[in-house]
Order: sequence, then structure tokens, then C-alpha cells
Amino acid sequence: MSQQVIASTAKKARKLSAPEIAEIEHEMTLYPDKKAVGLEALKIVQKHQGWVSDESLLGIAKYLDIPVADLEGVATFFNLVYRQQVGKNVILFCDSVSCWIMGCEGIKGHIKEQLAIDYGETTEDGDFTLIPVPCLGDCDRAPVMMVGPDLHRNLTPEKIDSIIADYKNK
Amino acid sequence: MVANPLTKNIDMSRPPLDIAAYEANDGYQSLHAIAKGLSPDDVLELVKGSGLKGRGGAGFPTGLKWSFVPKGENSPAQKYLVVNADEMEPGTFKDRLLMEGDPHLLLEGMIIAAYTIQASKSYIFLRGEYTVSEKVLRNAIKEAYEKGYLGKNILGTGFDLDIIMHTSAGRYICGEETALLNALEGKRANPRAKPPFPQVSGLWGKPTIVNNVETICNLPGILTYGVDWYHGLTKGNDHGTKLFGVSGKVKTPGCWELPLGLPIRELLENYAGGMQDGLELKGFLPGGGSTDFMLPEHLDIALDYDEIAKVGSRLATGTMIVLDDRTCPVGMVGNLMKFFAHESCGFCTPCRDGLPWVDQIFRDFENGQGSEKDLQILHDHVTYLGPGRTFCALAPGATAPLGSGLKYFKEDFEKHITEKRCSYKH
Amino acid sequence: MAKIVIDGVEYEVNPDNNLLQECLSQGLDLPYFCWHPSMGSVGACRQCAVKQYRDADDKEGMLVMACMTPVTDGAIISIEDEGAKSFRSDVVESLMISHPHDCPVCEEGGECHLQDMTLMSGHNYRRYDKKKRTHRNQYLGPFINHEMNRCITCYRCVRYYGDYAGGTDLSAQASHHHVYFGRHEEGVLESEFSGNLVEVCPTGVFTDKAFSENYSRKWDLQTAPSVCVGCSVGCNTAPGERYGSLRRIVNRYNSEVNGYFLCDRGRFGFDFVNNRDRLLEPVQRVDNTGELLADDQVKAVIKEFAASGTIGIGSPRASNESNFALRAMVGEENYYAGYSDAEHESMQVILGLASDASFHSPSVREIESADAVLILGEDVTNVAPRIALALRQSVRNKAKELADESRIPQWQDAAVRELAQHERSPLSILSPAVSRLDDVASDRVIESLPNVVAMGYQIANKISSSAPSAGASSENDEVIEKIAAQLKAAKRPLIIAGNSNGGDVIKAAANIARALHDESGKSVIDLCLLVPEVNSVGMGLMANSANSLGIALEKLASGEAKRVVVLENDLYRRAAKGQVDAALSKAEKVLVLDQLPSATTANADVILPATAFSEHEATYINYEGRAQLSFQVHQCQKQAQPSWRWICDAKHVDDLVERCCSEAPGFSRLREVLPGENPFVAGMKVPRQSHRYSGRTAMTANVSVHEPKQMEDEESIMSFSMEGMPAQKDASVHASSWAPKWNSNQSISKFQDEVNGELKQGHVGCLLIEREDSSDSYFEPAVDSIEPSAKQLRLVYSYQIFGSDELSARSKPIQARMTDAYIGLSPEDAEDRGLRQGDVATINPLGAPVVVCIRTGIKAGTALLHCGDGKISPADFSGLIEVEKSAAQSTIRGIGNLIVSDFQEEEISS
Ligand SMILES: Cc1cc2nc3c(=O)[nH]c(=O)nc-3n(C[C@H](O)[C@H](O)[C@H](O)COP(=O)(O)O)c2cc1C
Ligand code: SF4
Ligand code: FES
Repeated sequence: MSQQVIASTAKKARKLSAPEIAEIEHEMTLYPDKKAVGLEALKIVQKHQGWVSDESLLGIAKYLDIPVADLEGVATFFNLVYRQQVGKNVILFCDSVSCWIMGCEGIKGHIKEQLAIDYGETTEDGDFTLIPVPCLGDCDRAPVMMVGPDLHRNLTPEKIDSIIADYKNK
Repeated sequence: MVANPLTKNIDMSRPPLDIAAYEANDGYQSLHAIAKGLSPDDVLELVKGSGLKGRGGAGFPTGLKWSFVPKGENSPAQKYLVVNADEMEPGTFKDRLLMEGDPHLLLEGMIIAAYTIQASKSYIFLRGEYTVSEKVLRNAIKEAYEKGYLGKNILGTGFDLDIIMHTSAGRYICGEETALLNALEGKRANPRAKPPFPQVSGLWGKPTIVNNVETICNLPGILTYGVDWYHGLTKGNDHGTKLFGVSGKVKTPGCWELPLGLPIRELLENYAGGMQDGLELKGFLPGGGSTDFMLPEHLDIALDYDEIAKVGSRLATGTMIVLDDRTCPVGMVGNLMKFFAHESCGFCTPCRDGLPWVDQIFRDFENGQGSEKDLQILHDHVTYLGPGRTFCALAPGATAPLGSGLKYFKEDFEKHITEKRCSYKH
Repeated sequence: MAKIVIDGVEYEVNPDNNLLQECLSQGLDLPYFCWHPSMGSVGACRQCAVKQYRDADDKEGMLVMACMTPVTDGAIISIEDEGAKSFRSDVVESLMISHPHDCPVCEEGGECHLQDMTLMSGHNYRRYDKKKRTHRNQYLGPFINHEMNRCITCYRCVRYYGDYAGGTDLSAQASHHHVYFGRHEEGVLESEFSGNLVEVCPTGVFTDKAFSENYSRKWDLQTAPSVCVGCSVGCNTAPGERYGSLRRIVNRYNSEVNGYFLCDRGRFGFDFVNNRDRLLEPVQRVDNTGELLADDQVKAVIKEFAASGTIGIGSPRASNESNFALRAMVGEENYYAGYSDAEHESMQVILGLASDASFHSPSVREIESADAVLILGEDVTNVAPRIALALRQSVRNKAKELADESRIPQWQDAAVRELAQHERSPLSILSPAVSRLDDVASDRVIESLPNVVAMGYQIANKISSSAPSAGASSENDEVIEKIAAQLKAAKRPLIIAGNSNGGDVIKAAANIARALHDESGKSVIDLCLLVPEVNSVGMGLMANSANSLGIALEKLASGEAKRVVVLENDLYRRAAKGQVDAALSKAEKVLVLDQLPSATTANADVILPATAFSEHEATYINYEGRAQLSFQVHQCQKQAQPSWRWICDAKHVDDLVERCCSEAPGFSRLREVLPGENPFVAGMKVPRQSHRYSGRTAMTANVSVHEPKQMEDEESIMSFSMEGMPAQKDASVHASSWAPKWNSNQSISKFQDEVNGELKQGHVGCLLIEREDSSDSYFEPAVDSIEPSAKQLRLVYSYQIFGSDELSARSKPIQARMTDAYIGLSPEDAEDRGLRQGDVATINPLGAPVVVCIRTGIKAGTALLHCGDGKISPADFSGLIEVEKSAAQSTIRGIGNLIVSDFQEEEISS
């Protein structure tokens, strides 16, 4: 029986793309309940779209026939679901305890200088968004950060410069 | 005999062993033992006998935990095994090593665990940021399916097992086993009340075992080399080896597999190379961000669950965070408080509203605006957020460095108030 | 029973409960937030901490959350322990760090659970001196205000709205101390039960919007125990009045009926009482204008009508007393039913079944305990909303059963839900269109009405072969088999039907219940038959079965009757326009008693203003046959009087009740609802005003500086003042709940014999209808032989919670949620007729314009008609209709307010 997941909304749902749907359908085979697939779908859509817009959120809710309010509750709970547009490269900057001891604040200051953005901000050219992340589990090589899926360790200001240059050129 | 069962195959300078190489080095032996007739109850007895304690932090005996799973005809047909690979505790970096270094060890352990509790489905709950672990594990899972070690009727035993990779979307609280279950179900990851325990009503209401990666990785050795061998690995009261890590300003930070019961000093001096030149040890958190500070005077204590508990701290994850004399202890605790405040799930009052206050106070201290009154409030919160008062162990975890920090580094706190600044800042 | 020791005193307690519930049941004060008596425990707020000791030697004890701790025999606990006390005070301190402290301007002020608990917990000195966290608020529609900064994150709102009431558009969002409760974006809260958020929220996050606009403190409201006149459930309410206007309605606990919750019609539909168009003076039509009548003129008119040749038409929305007075005035044989002939006919079936000893009409609470339910043909959410809310609880019985098996206490709310997942007790719904209960239905069959009826007979036949079957087997055989088996296997099966669309469904439903009775060996079977109005059953009992409205109208049209008295009724809603026109134009004189102008008052010669429900004391009889007494809350405006007072010379409601008991068959127990022999405590009345009622001496000083004499209430045990014995446990009536330290509605536990139990005052009403013998004959299926032509559609009335009820439809907040009259069509039928969403169409044969509403969950061949607020009359149409596009313009409201799950939207491209 279909749930009654009507929720009047001013915005329109985005129709999910075929590749998004294919991946969501695959996840459906792995979980016994479609609610579980909601979180998976958020990640899938984010992988394809870079972030989860209101329209995408509605699109997922509609596709899975789950309440959009619940899905929003989940989307806004998790650190790595972006409900605002982010840049091409998301810098997840570890500022937890070991990295802090190892001087991540200086490194952050350097990034801030180089990119002219603070936490939660995106560079004007849309290349980078800087977000803090709890301990990345690489404390023996602190300070560390991720850019997109890649981990960068033992950071120094010089290393930051070359990392930024690399991603800019990608 | 093997002395480092967890890391014997690990060499981070090359890719992890593929399934053939892993098998060539005693890998998947346990499956053949099972195929030859080792029953789930036999395995359970072995694991109980090994004395293996959970490596996820709480140190609960693994065999005992498994024995709570309902058995027999009237028990729910579907049971689940969940591997806790969320590793987000600040200063903890051990499970990553195992997953990136020797994925088949984890898979073999999972098959053993799932077989014991007769779970036909198992999820690896992997923190989303561990992209390399994900790739390595997915590849290993594929190999294991191809080999017939996963899937239907494994090695003709009639036992089926699917392993499903779940990557999380980032929240420390997901490491708490019941919050993890909610996250897996696609819900907000608030913890659940216990009882009922997951062993009875867990994932989708079905009996579920949640074990840490490292815990699971202990299993192949126990089955392959036996309980006596396992008992022989240690130097102290607890059995087996454990991954120990050191981070902070030591000469050679890192993570090593060592026998339980080794003195802390040996870890710090022999493996981590001692403090960096010119720095003195001021204190350390022995097992990640939610353990109590210990002092240089505690260095001769053994890395053993009970021994460390005697001085008021916990072995927990075994990854030690070192505080040197040039780093501000107030700043260090403040950093942890910011983490805990941010990672609170927001379900129960003391944690949700208490920790941000604590965090604010630390920010004020940092800026030279701390006061005696604030200090009192911090002290009050050590009790207020303590065990039994909050819904889960996150907030009590936060009180560990907070309470011990206030106790051991009292002067530093007071100095921040009297000097109206942090004197460690240049 | 278990024995536990609380602070050194031994108590006998129920071992199935948790410590918090038992502490409250014992009358002890223990603060809490997240726990709610009807929603169990989740342990979020940590406010209910107590010390528990291992044994008598344990001096340390351990802090436990009372709400999460099962009662165990021999347990020793302390509420007063210093450690527990200081922890509780710390919890409130935490909760208040970001609270705006805006009590002076907060609608919750003075009845705020947070205020109460703050005081009770002993937190009184604010130490937090940092910045507060702030939130943005959302627009949530015409009923509810949102002020998130006041939130203390107890999670009650989402647990109530989602878990309890099945709403899907309110959720917890974000995390840590940013947790936010709202919709995914601004918009109307969709649940029909959203208003309860006002009472569920322990502080002022969700408040009553209409009340806010015309606000008064709780203690300045004059209140009395009242009964909702919105539908036939008869929920108990506590309306509040100030300065002559009715300001709000809140729930009044009744353990058997509404418990803690009302529907939004009940809560927000009272404003017709304040309507500017209220009829307030007796008038007589002279030529084309109205002329005020003086007292003696009124007397003369009444005398004239009391003569022979007068007939009376009763009203299902008027009290028993007024209906009875009319019946007494015109004589039993001249008193006619005031609902449509179709309803009259089905009511005869219902009343017949009501006295059959094989059946039991379950109360709302009993409905909650059903473990297998079948709804035949009715849209319960719209017709009897509070029952739909109860059905949502009934489907959880399976979960509770599973919890028992796993030894998880039932009050462990989250754990029970987790364990059960989607396992529910069976609830099957057979009807021509989707309903708002489908999400919890185990089986859902959408079929034409005749097929629904036929399926009903088939189910009965499957249960017992002695029940006659109807129709050939069909594609639904499997479901029929399954439903029959489920009902048979249930411990407490329940069959629900209603008379929105005639009596055939009722007969089919009765056959199922009888088959169950015959087969199961159970002495009675729950058969719940819904009727639309607050006193449909009362009036039904009062009117002779031969005295239908049609006959009354015919008698007038033929001249056989000369005069007619119409009691609180718009006949144009009850019978075809032509029929009513003919009758009223022919009648020599028409007297109408009512509260608001209608098409009928427009045709009256004399209009006498009637008081509304809050302005008089009255009894009503709900769908079960439960008689309930509703007190007068405030004085009537100007010259309005209870209808009965205009037409009979009784002095007192009690007199009429007494006469009714002896003269009207079936009413003999009515007197039991009156306050007992000795209703007074220490000889004092129960005040309608609180002891803090302010401004009494100055309220009307702008008019005259002389303090007016307090109006005396000679009729009831209540006084229009602050004097008397307020609603404490000894008082015989209970309106506004208050107890020392407990200013909020949570004080109710002080008045219950135990948490969730009966009120100490014990007024649950009285079941009027005696069930004497059991007829053991089944109804024979009537074959619906009318086959629609290709152009025709089968008409089904769609009753709407917002708009279908005549009086609440005149209330502003309800109007903001109403739609125009519409015709609901399946996409196929719409396409065949070239109709698009929102078009205006005419329904033939009568040509009434309606908006087209295309819905995917309607059986093709069926047209769902919603009549709007009286613009078109259901009585104008029967059976088969044709629908075609019209050039007329769309009307006032359109159908934008309609909330249904199957509304067909234009496809949006990506
Ligand atoms: C806030 C919190 C975070 C936790 N994070 C982790 C984690 O990241 N990994 C883990 O294995 N256990 C974590 N735990 C412990 C788990 O709840 C659980 O005890 C553990 O996974 C059990 O596995 P084990 O018996 O193998 O140790 C956490 C506990 C708490 C309270
Ligand atoms: S202690 Fe409470 S708020 Fe904190 S993480 Fe646990 S349940 Fe959530
Ligand atoms: S009422 Fe017990 S924790 Fe909230």
C-alpha cells in the first residue's frame, strides 16, 4: 500500500536522472526497507549533482514514496550531505585534536589566505568549498585533510599551495 | 608461531594481499575448518574461551555478547552482523590500517562471526571519508564472492552470507552501536534505549551483533591457531594483541600491533620514539578523545583494560594522544569539547545543551574571557554529563578529558583567568 | 500489583508501568517533558530522574530516568534525594539556555508545562551569559503558530504528529543544539489532528493561531465542560470565553471518548458562535423586511403555532431538550426527522441494530483496542475524525503483542516501534475512493459502492455459511477470504460502516458482525456505525420511524399541514430544493429557530434566535448511544435563548430531561448524565471563572462605571463567577484543569484515578440504548440493478472535515481550509469528458456548477461529490449523474486547499 506522503510544496520535484535511478534501484536490493535507501539516494544524488537541492530532495522523496519531511530530517542530520551548493572540490579539513596539536590552525589560516574563504564558504570561482571535518583517522600523519575523495597528509603551507594548484588545474 | 596476527600481512608500501596471496599465508583456513564440521556453538565456545574483548572502546567480552543472540526454531530467521567501521573518535586511527592493509582478514572474521550467530546478511558500516578502505574492501568482497566464500551455501556448509558495504555520511554518533543501526535504517542517527539490546532487537527489529573492525580481525587467528596460542600472545591479564597508536608531538607517530599488557612507556619510547626534541611529556589520553588524561607518572602502567581503569582512565581504542609541554591543555580540551558539542546527536538534554555551553566557555577561555564562575560551571558539567545521566555514552565520553583536564591542569585553567589570555600562544 | 517504596512510603503500583507513570498515578510531583501519558517513554529529556537503590543498605543509589525504568516489586526510589533534585534542576537550566524567556508575550504563559517544571525543578537563577541560539519560524497554515525559539527539544511534537497521528509533514531536522522541528518548507500542516500540537508541546512553540489573534490568559477565560458539536463522536471540550466572545477550544479529558486529543474541526470550528451574522433577536417578516418582536408578540406567535395543524421538524444538530420540546409542542405524531430521507431510512437500520444484544458499539477507547478492523464504505477521517485517530492506535496492537512476546514493556515507545517495523494489526478498507487511513491499511480495495456492499455480504458469508451471499465471485475473492479469516482470528474484531451513502453498507456490515457473532462464540461483536452529526442519534430516537422529512414536506405542500416549526436546521441541505420550496411557499406560516441565517431562515415568517452550544446547557447522544451533558460556558448574546425555552415553558434543562426520560421511549436513562443528587461541595457551586480571573469589577467600566451584578445561573451547578469550589478532585464537574504547581493541561493526572484512567469525577456519560434481545436474522442482500449508461457516473458523497459540517463551516479558521464544491473524478472518466484539473463542470440533471477534481484513487465510474458549504444540496442528486464541462467561472476558493493523497498533478519535467 502506498504511503500517504503528500506534502504540499511550493517547489517542484526534480525528476531523477536515469543513472541516479539505476544506482538507487541497485541499493533497493541491498536493504529490506526503502527508508534505508533514502539516505543512500541522497548520497547518490549528491555524487551526481554535487549537492542536494530542494528539488532533488523532493525528487528522491517522490521516487521512493517516503515523506519529504523525514528525508529532510535525515539529510540535515549528516555532516556529509550538502543541502547548499558547494564548489567543485570540497576540502574536508580535519581540525580535531591530533591535527590541532600538530598545528592545523596555521594550515587553516594559510588556506583561508590563499582561497579567501572560511569554513562553510566557497571560492568565487566555485572551485573550492572549505568544511571542517571531525578526526579523519590519520592522526599519525597530522595535519590532514581531504580534497574530494583524496586524503592529503602531513600538511605544510607549501604542500597546501601545490595541492590547490593541482586541483585548480584538474 | 605468528606473533602479530592482525598485521602480519600488512605492508602499507604495497597494495594489500589479494585473495590468493592471503590464502597462501594461512588465510581462510577457518572456513575450511567450518566446512569440516565446526558448528556455530563450537565457534562460540572457542571465542568465549579466547577471552577476546571488544576493541571498539567498551571492551565487552565478544563471546558473551554473541551468546545473547536468540537461537533455535522460535528465534527470528533473519539475524544481522554489523561491522562497526565508523572510526571517528578523535585520535583514533587503527581500523583504517586493518581495512586498507588486509581486507580479507576482516572478511574472514566476518564470515566466522556471521556463521556463529547464523546471520545471512552483514553490513560493513564504513565511515564515508574512508574512500581507500571502501575501494579495497569492495574489491576484496568481489574476490570472496568469486571464490565462493560469500554468497549461497558457502563451501557446501549450507550457510549463506551476503556482505553489504554501507558508507556513512559522517557523524561521530554513528559509531555508537544503536545510533549506527538507526543510520543503517536510513533514520536520524539517534541512539536507541537499551534494553532491548541489539542482540535481541537490533537492525529492523531483528537480532543483531555489532562488532568493531579490530575485534572481528582477531577471529581468524583464534580459529586458525587456537585458543592456547591466542592466550600466549599477551603479556598481561587480557588476551591477544591489540593495535596501539600514538599521535601528537612524538618523534615517530604511528600504529603498531603489540601484546596487551605492554607498559605504556615502551609504546611511547620504543615505538613512538619518545617526545620530539625539546619537548616534555605533559600528559596523554591513552585510548582516544573520550578517555581521561594520564600523566607522565603513569607511564609504567600496563596497556591493559583493568590496569588503566585503576588510575581512572580507559584503554578504549588504544590510540594514545600525547600532550606536550608547549601545547595548551586548555586548548586541547577545548578542541575536544568543540568536537563533542558538534557531534552530539541532539536527542537528550544534558548532552545537547550542556556541551555547547562547555564549548562556549572554552572559547571564552581561549580569548582570555574565562572566569571563576565559568570554571565552576565546567566542574558542574563534569558531573552533569556523566555516566547514567545522558542517553548514551557520548557525553560521558566528553567528561573524561574534561574532568581529568580540570583536575590535572588546574593551574593552566587558572592562569587563563588571571592573565586573561592563553600564555601558550606566542 | 507490586509494592515499591518512594521516599520511605510504600505504594501499591502496577508492575506493567514505568516509575514515572506510577509516581504520577500516586499523585506525586515528578517533573517530565518527553513522556506523554498516551505516547509512552523515550527518555530524551532526562527530566524525570530519580534515585534508585539496590536494597535498604544501599545509601548511594543510582540516578535513573523514571520514565525509562520498569516498576519492579520491592524497588526503593527517591524523588527527594538531593542528587536527583540537583540533576533535575540542571536539566532545566540546560533547557533554558537558549529559551527566549518571553513568557509575558507567549500564548502559553500561565499554562505552560515548561514554566511549571522549571519551578518544580528548582532552577531559578540564570547562569548562562553567552549568546542564545536562535531559529527561524515557519508559516504552518491557519491553525498553528510556530515559535521555534521556545523549543526545548522534547521530541513530543514529532512523536505525536508522526508516530501517533500519522502525519508526514513535520519532522525533526538538523542536530546537536540546532535540532529544529518543522516542515521541510513553509506550508499548511496537513494532518487533520494538527491542533493537538498546541497541547502536546509543553511550551509555546506550537500555539493556537486563532486564539493568539484574540488572546487572553488561561485564567481570564470563563470555561465549562462542553461537548463538541462537530460530529457524532461527541468529544469533550473546554471552550473558553472572554468579553462575550468564544476564544478557543481545548481538549477535555474523557477516558472513554476523546482521551487527550481532538480533531481540527472540533478545535477550530467553534468560531461560528462569534459570527457577525448571528441571529440575535426575534423577528417577524412583514412584507420584505424584518420587524422585531416584543415578548408578548412572541408569546402570541408560539400560541398560534401550538394549535393543531402545525408540524415540527427536528434537528440532528440540536440538543435532545430542544428536539424534545418541539416534539412536545407539536405532538409526537407531528414531529418529523430533520435529516434527509436517505439518512432517515439508514438511521432506522442503525437504531434497529443499536438495540441488538449481539453487538456492541465501541467507544473510542475500545476502538483503540481492536485487533482486526474492517471499514466498509466509509471515509472515517472525514466523517468521524477522532475515530480515525483511534484506528491508527488499533493497528499498533500487533506491535504491542510482539513486544509482550519479546518482553519489551509497551511503554518503551521507540523500542516497540523498532521491533514491530511495519507489522500491524489488520485494518481493511473497502470503499470507492482512497482515504486518509490507507497508509496503515493492510488491505485496500477500491470498488464501486454496490460492489463494496456485495463484498461485505460475501465476507459475511465466508465467515458463516448461514449468512446470505451476494453477487458472483470476482477478482476480489482472495481479499474477501483473507479479511474473513483475519476477523475470525481476532480477539477483538471491529466492523465500521456509516450512513454517508445510504443504509445498504450498514446492512452488509451488520451481516459480517452477526456472522462473527455466530461463528466465534463471542458474546458481543463490536459494530461501529457512524452518523454525521452531534445528535443524529438523539433526534433519530425521538422521531417516529414513519415521520420522515419527505412526508413532512409533502404534508405542507399538500396543505394538509398549515404551519411548520423548523428547529435549528437548513432544510435546503436535507431535501431537494424544489421539494422544500414547494413546502415552505405553501405553508401558511413558517417559524425557524436557529443561530445563523440560512436558505431556510430566508423563507421564514418568524425567526427566533437560538443559542449556540457554548451558550446553553444541553445533552447530546453520540454514535454509540452515549448521552453526554454539555454545560453552558458563557451568557448568550442579546436575546438568543435555547430553542426549547422559546417553545415550551420548562424552567430548567433538568425538567426537560426528566420529561424526556418518561415520555420519549429510549431516553429513560438520560437523567443519569445530570450531576448526581448532591453535586455541591460544601454547598457551593463550581465556578466557571478561575480564582485569578482578572478585571471582573472593571471589565465593562468603559460602558458604565457601576459594576454589573454577577449573572446568576439558576439552572446549573456552575456559577458565572469566581465563587465556589473550583475544579479540584472533589468538584463534581471538571472543565479547566488546574492543580497546585500544575498550571498546564498536564495537571490532568491529578484528576485521574490513575494515569490514563477515569476522571475522579467519573463523567464518561451514559449509554442510553438498552440492548435487549438479539435478532438472529441476517439482512438479505438487495441487488442494485441500476446499470449506469456510458455517460453516467455513480454518485458518492464525499464528506469533508473542513466544510461539510454546517456550523463549523461558518468559522473563520475552518473557512481558510475549505474548498468549493467539487466533483472528484478518476483520470479516465475526466478524460472521457474532456475535463481537466480545476475546470468548472455542471452536474446534470440539475446543472449545479462544481470544480473538477481529478484524483487517481477514485474507482472509475464513480463520481465523488463534495457539496461545499451548502451551495449545492446533496439531496438534489441521487444515484446516477452526468458531468459535463461548463463555461461558468470558477468559484471563490477553488480546490487548492484539498489535502488528499491521490490528487492528480500535472507531470513536471526535469
Ligand atoms: C559516541 C560513541 C562512539 C563510538 N564510536 C565507535 C566507533 O567509531 N567504532 C567502534 O567500533 N565503536 C564505537 N563505539 C562503541 C560501540 O558503541 C560499540 O560498543 C562497539 O562497536 C562494539 O564493538 P566491540 O564489542 O567489538 O568493541 C562508540 C561508542 C560511543 C558511545
Ligand atoms: S548523550 Fe544524548 S544527545 Fe548526546 S549523543 Fe548521546 S543521546 Fe545524543
Ligand atoms: S520524561 Fe523521562 S526522560 Fe523525558
